Amino acid sequence: MFKLIPRENVSPVLSLLGPLFSVGLTMIVGGILFYFLGVDPFAAIKMIFWDPLMSETFSTYSIPQIFIKGAPLILIALGLSVGFKANVWNIGAEGQYIMGAIFGASFALSLYPLESIVIFPAMILIGVIGGCLWSMIPAFLKVKFQVNEILVSLMLVYVAEQILALASLGFLRNPDGAGFPGSRNLNQYTSASNAEIIAGTGIHLGVLLSFLMVIFFYVLLFRHSLGFKIKLLGNSPKASGFSGDNPNKLIFLCLTLSGSLAGLAGIMEVAGPAGQINIDFNVGYGFTAIIVAFLGRLNPIGIFFAGIVMALTYVGGELTQFMLNLPAAAIQVFQGMLLFFLLSFDLFVHYKIKLKGNK
Amino acid sequence: MDLSEINFAVLVASLIVASTPLVLAALGELIVEKSGVLNLGVEGMMIIGAVTGFIVGVETGSAYIGMMAAAMAGALLSLLFAFIILIMQANQVASGLALTIFGLGIAALMGHPYTGIKSPQISTISIPFISEIPVLGTMFFQHDLIVYLSLISVLVIWYFLNRMRAGLILRSVGEDHDVAHSLGYRVVTIRFLAITFGGAMAGVGGGYLSLVRVPQWTEGMTAGAGWIALALVVFSGWRPFRLLIGAYIFGGITILQLNLQAIGVNINIALLSMAPYLATILALVVISMSRFRGNRGAPGCLGRSFVKIT
Repeated sequence: MFKLIPRENVSPVLSLLGPLFSVGLTMIVGGILFYFLGVDPFAAIKMIFWDPLMSETFSTYSIPQIFIKGAPLILIALGLSVGFKANVWNIGAEGQYIMGAIFGASFALSLYPLESIVIFPAMILIGVIGGCLWSMIPAFLKVKFQVNEILVSLMLVYVAEQILALASLGFLRNPDGAGFPGSRNLNQYTSASNAEIIAGTGIHLGVLLSFLMVIFFYVLLFRHSLGFKIKLLGNSPKASGFSGDNPNKLIFLCLTLSGSLAGLAGIMEVAGPAGQINIDFNVGYGFTAIIVAFLGRLNPIGIFFAGIVMALTYVGGELTQFMLNLPAAAIQVFQGMLLFFLLSFDLFVHYKIKLKGNK
Repeated sequence: MDLSEINFAVLVASLIVASTPLVLAALGELIVEKSGVLNLGVEGMMIIGAVTGFIVGVETGSAYIGMMAAAMAGALLSLLFAFIILIMQANQVASGLALTIFGLGIAALMGHPYTGIKSPQISTISIPFISEIPVLGTMFFQHDLIVYLSLISVLVIWYFLNRMRAGLILRSVGEDHDVAHSLGYRVVTIRFLAITFGGAMAGVGGGYLSLVRVPQWTEGMTAGAGWIALALVVFSGWRPFRLLIGAYIFGGITILQLNLQAIGVNINIALLSMAPYLATILALVVISMSRFRGNRGAPGCLGRSFVKIT
C-alpha cells in the first residue's frame, strides 16, 4: 500500500503542473465523452482549444470574445479566491452578479433619457454597491448568528433570479418594448453604455478593469499584510485570533470584496455585451468563477490564465455547438471534470507518496 | 381571491408529496455528515437521480425500476466524490461543488432527448380502513410506496444512530476520526459506505421529483432542492425527527405558495416563488439564534480530511 507524507513546503513545480495536467486529462476524458455523444473527439477538442485562437475563419471574432467572456470570470474569481483562502465560502456570486446588474441598470434607466458624463461612473458604483449589499446578507448572518454562509449565499442566488424576473417583466420593462420582457437597451443610451474601447472587437472597460484588478489583488495578497492575515485566518483561525485580528472583520472584508467584484462584473456585462436586463441575463459566470478560482490556485496571476482558459472553453464550446452540434451541457460537464482532476491532483502537491515496504 | 378554494386535507397530502424528495435527500446527507463528511454535491446527485430515474422509468414503463436506477445513479456519482475526498484527500467543500456542477451538466446531456415526455404512473397505496377516515385518511394514508418508505427510513435511521452499535461507530468516526482510527475502526471504509448511502438517498429523492412530484424531465428541475436538503440537516441539529418536521414545514411553504399562485392571489408570482428560499434562510437564522445553538449536534470532524499517520 501507499503511505502519505506531508510535504513541509508546497512544491511550486507541482503546484503549477496540477492545472496543466488537469486540462490535459480533461481533454482526454472529454474526448471519450464526445465520442460517445457521436462527435469526432479530435475535431471537437481542436475546435474548443485550438480554432478560437488559430483558425483564420474564427479567430478575428473569437480572440476578443475570449477576453470579453474571461473578464467577468476573472473579476468574480479574484474576489472569491480571497474568501476561499480564509475559509469563507461565498458560492452565491451568481446572485451578487445579478444584483449588481439590476442596481446599476435601475439607476441608469431611472434617469433615461437624461445625458450626462457622471451617469456612467455613478452607475458602475451603484452596481458595485448592489453586489456588495447582496453579499453583506450572508456576511452579517454569519458574523451575528453563525449561520453557514455557503447555504445563505446560495439561497440568495435563487432569490436574485426571481428579482431578475420581476425586473424584466415588471419594474424595468421597456415601456416602448411592445410588451416583450426585458429592459431598454443600455447600449442605445449613450450616457450609460459600456461601449467598446477598441473599435470592432467588442472589448469594453470591464476587460481593462479585469486586468487592473489582477495586479491590484496581486499586490494586496503578496505585498500587503492583509494578504497574510487572510491566509492566517484560513489556515489557523486560533492563531489569527491570538495575533489580534478580528475574524469577523476579515469575514466582512472577504464578502465585501467578492460581492463588489461580482457586482462590478454584472454592471459591466449588462451595460456592455448583454445590453439589457432580461430573464436570461445570467449565464452561470458566478458558478464557473468558482472553478476559475481553483484552477488559478487562488493566485491572481493564476486566475488570469485560468479565466482565459475557461473563457476559451465557452467560446470553443459555442463553436462546437454551432459546427458539430455538440450539446451546450457538454461544456458544463467538461468544466466539472476539470475541477475534479484539479482537486485530486492536490494530493501530489501537499503530500509525498511512498510505497510502504514489508515489515 | 377565495381562500376557501384551498382544501386543507388535500393541501396536507400534497405537502407530504412535495416534502418527500427533501426528506430522502436530507436523511442521506444526515448519515454522511454524521460520519464526518460534508458532501455539498447533494444537488448534483439529486439531479442525476432525477434524470436517470426518469429515463429508466420511461424506457421500462415502471416507476419503481426507475426509482431503483435513480438510487444507483446517485450512489455511483457519490463514489466519485468519495474517491476524491477519501483517497485523494481533496478539499470537501470544493469537491462537493464540483460534484454539483458536474452532475447538472451530465443530467442536462442525458435528459435532452427526454424533455416533454410523460413519466409512467406510480400507484398510490391506500392503507385499508384507516385511509377511509375522513380528512386524516386523505392527508396521511393515501400515498405511494416511496412516501411510506421515507417515513420508515426516518425511524430506521433514528434507531440506527441511537440504538445500534454500528450507528455508534459511525458517529464516533464523525466525532473524532483519529480516536476512532486508533480504536481500530476503518475510518475510510465507513465513510465510503456513508457517502454511498447518502448518494443513493439523494438519487431516490431526485427520482421521486421527476417521476412523481412533477412528473416530467426539465433541465435544472431540482432548482436548489439539494441545497435546501443540506440546510434541513443543519436546521434539524442532525436529528432525524426534527429533520422530518423541518422538511414538512418547508414543503408546506412551497405548497402554500403554489396554491396561492393557482387561486390568483394578488401577490406577484416572483415574490411567491422566492418564499421557499427566504424561508430556508430564516429557518437557519432562527435555529442559530435559539438557545439550542446551531452547532450543537454537529459532528466534531465535519468537513475535515482524514490522513492516516503511521
